[in-house]
Amino acid sequence: MRVSPMSIAHLLSNKRRLWKFHGGIHVPDEKALSNAHAIETLPLPERLVIPLHQHIGAPARPLIKVGERVLKGQMIAEPSGFISAPVHASSSGQVIAIEMHPVAHPSGLSALCAIIETDGEDTWAELPPPLSDYPQLDSELVRERIRWAGVVGMGGAAFPTSVKLVPRIDRKIHTLVVNGAECEPYITCDDRLMRERAGRILEGVRIMHHLLGVAEVLIGIEDNKPEAIEQMRLALADTDMRDYTEIIPIPTIYPSGGEKQLIRILTGKEVPTTGIPAQIGIVCQNPGSAVAVADAVLAGRPLISRVITVTGRAIAQPRNLEVPVGTMADDLIAHCGGYRQPPRKLVCGGPMMGFELKQTSVPVTKAANCLLALSAEESPDPSPALACIRCGLCAEVCPAKLLPQQLYWYARSKEFDRIQDYNLFDCIECGCCAQVCPSHIPLVQYYRYAKTEIWAREQEKRKAELARARHAAKQERLERQKQERQARLNKQKAALATKPSTDTSATAPGKAAIEAARARATAKKVAIPTDKQ
Amino acid sequence: MLAAILAIAALAAFFGALLGYSAIHFRVEGDPIADQVESLLPQTQCGQCGYPGCRPYAEAVARGEEDINKCLPGGEAAVLALADLLGREPLAMEAEEKPPAVAVIDETACIGCTLCLQACPVDAIIGAARQLHGVIAAECTGCELCLPPCPVDCISMVPVSEGILRWRWPYPGKRAQDVNPSIPERDAA
Repeated sequence: MRVSPMSIAHLLSNKRRLWKFHGGIHVPDEKALSNAHAIETLPLPERLVIPLHQHIGAPARPLIKVGERVLKGQMIAEPSGFISAPVHASSSGQVIAIEMHPVAHPSGLSALCAIIETDGEDTWAELPPPLSDYPQLDSELVRERIRWAGVVGMGGAAFPTSVKLVPRIDRKIHTLVVNGAECEPYITCDDRLMRERAGRILEGVRIMHHLLGVAEVLIGIEDNKPEAIEQMRLALADTDMRDYTEIIPIPTIYPSGGEKQLIRILTGKEVPTTGIPAQIGIVCQNPGSAVAVADAVLAGRPLISRVITVTGRAIAQPRNLEVPVGTMADDLIAHCGGYRQPPRKLVCGGPMMGFELKQTSVPVTKAANCLLALSAEESPDPSPALACIRCGLCAEVCPAKLLPQQLYWYARSKEFDRIQDYNLFDCIECGCCAQVCPSHIPLVQYYRYAKTEIWAREQEKRKAELARARHAAKQERLERQKQERQARLNKQKAALATKPSTDTSATAPGKAAIEAARARATAKKVAIPTDKQ
Repeated sequence: MLAAILAIAALAAFFGALLGYSAIHFRVEGDPIADQVESLLPQTQCGQCGYPGCRPYAEAVARGEEDINKCLPGGEAAVLALADLLGREPLAMEAEEKPPAVAVIDETACIGCTLCLQACPVDAIIGAARQLHGVIAAECTGCELCLPPCPVDCISMVPVSEGILRWRWPYPGKRAQDVNPSIPERDAA
């Protein structure tokens, strides 16, 4: 390995060595818009629209009926599989409908939601007891509590956290990475959370450390958040976690907050292609999820609210809000003073990886980290896409070391076998390639199209295989029935064929009887004349 | 001269024996090309290609007797896949592609005649004589073969709703394509 002056400097200064991932870009971080204000709590809305499927995995099954009164923290939908999460009522009130309602999704389509009219009392349901002595308890119990609380990854993917906290049989988890990078421009909710609730984050981290039995906890924070780093360090100094926990400022470069990229920066290890970090003994969690874990275990509270950044130059007063899950995006914008100017584009998530919202009457979910209203200057109309000039800039910036232009050609020509040869599914859709493309080709859109198309085709293929098997089974059954009928028919025919012979044997005594009778009659005839004679 | 004749004869005998041996011992059962063709068909068993099921059509295509654009449910994707597999020119579809649909039985009208049960190629309809029949939506291939036999016309095809879980990202720049249809380009080419 090449020894660079940098690594020697690191060794001398006794600082942790950091690695670099391939590519990445520097984008204006725009975080100053929203990171100056403390997290505000939104007044309770009159109406909550709580989507029943807010996580990756199987949808949750509704447990409530229309008209029923629910309490804050009451489970309103239960998980329907191992990779699934329950949903809880964010406040007390009456369920006025369980129906399809538009949700924050790139399609703009509707999903099943429970609509609750809040009563303003915010009455808590009976909550399970805190598990403050969790180190002494069975870890399965603690994990079950986290599952009950519906904790999911709050960085945006919403993967059920409890699933990630199950120790693996094949490979021991040795490192827990807490992802405080928050590399997307504009978003500051994790920043504010780390500044204001550092202690709570560390309590959650301690629980996760205990459950996973890891040797080391690495908390990576981009160095454009010095206050958050400071607060986390202060909070860490007060705990007994110093021996195994390290808070590591990392250089600001997008997308350092990608799970695989952050692991690379902190440990120098590469997550295998199409693999997950657990395969190399690492689990990655978000600070928001750590707070939710702490709330679930130490207070018995389910995940019913989250911190969300409402920002963009079209918003009058950008800031971070703690909102109950199910609050409408409209209410958030109204609380932030409405629009300063008509927004050109509304985005759920960050400007790089988020998706455009087609309307604002959609509820906040556990996964929504940012609501972005971009002004016309911030979001100029994309210039028409020109032909690819094969400049190779996209390959230079790709953090997954892919060949974006090859992927683009194959997605464009719908060659879905070839595109998978170029590891399409390692693409994290970070948008670096599209950002640097001099021809303004919407590259990520092509990859997203190809991914969903490949999934759909695989599903169709499975369905076709099932149909083929069922058709074959039916053909076989018909054939068998035909043969059985034929066999029955043959049997009857055989029976008929053998009947004449049995008839002759059966009629033989009859004939004999007739013969005998005739003989008797002739004998009589003969006898009578003799009598007469 | 004689040596040459003998040598050629010996070689001919040897290779003949080798070919004869391989013909018997390395014989391929079934039709592998038909298998490959069949794996690309959607298995709706609808018979819209004119053959009684996907397998017979696959065999006809494999023999080279049938065009590759007869599979309506497979649509353009199937034509392209078959063209790629068989090295034939892709042909345009003759009929319009239909959105995927499943059969739904009107419960108030069904008389329980079992005729649709017999017509269904994948046994996706359950029921018995003079009992209400039902369609297993997950197994229904949307082949419409149950529609003609029904004496009371109580079966209808309902398009599969494009739910959020089945939603796909659209092909980028679709709107731009609509403005400049691709047909003139093709003509130019």
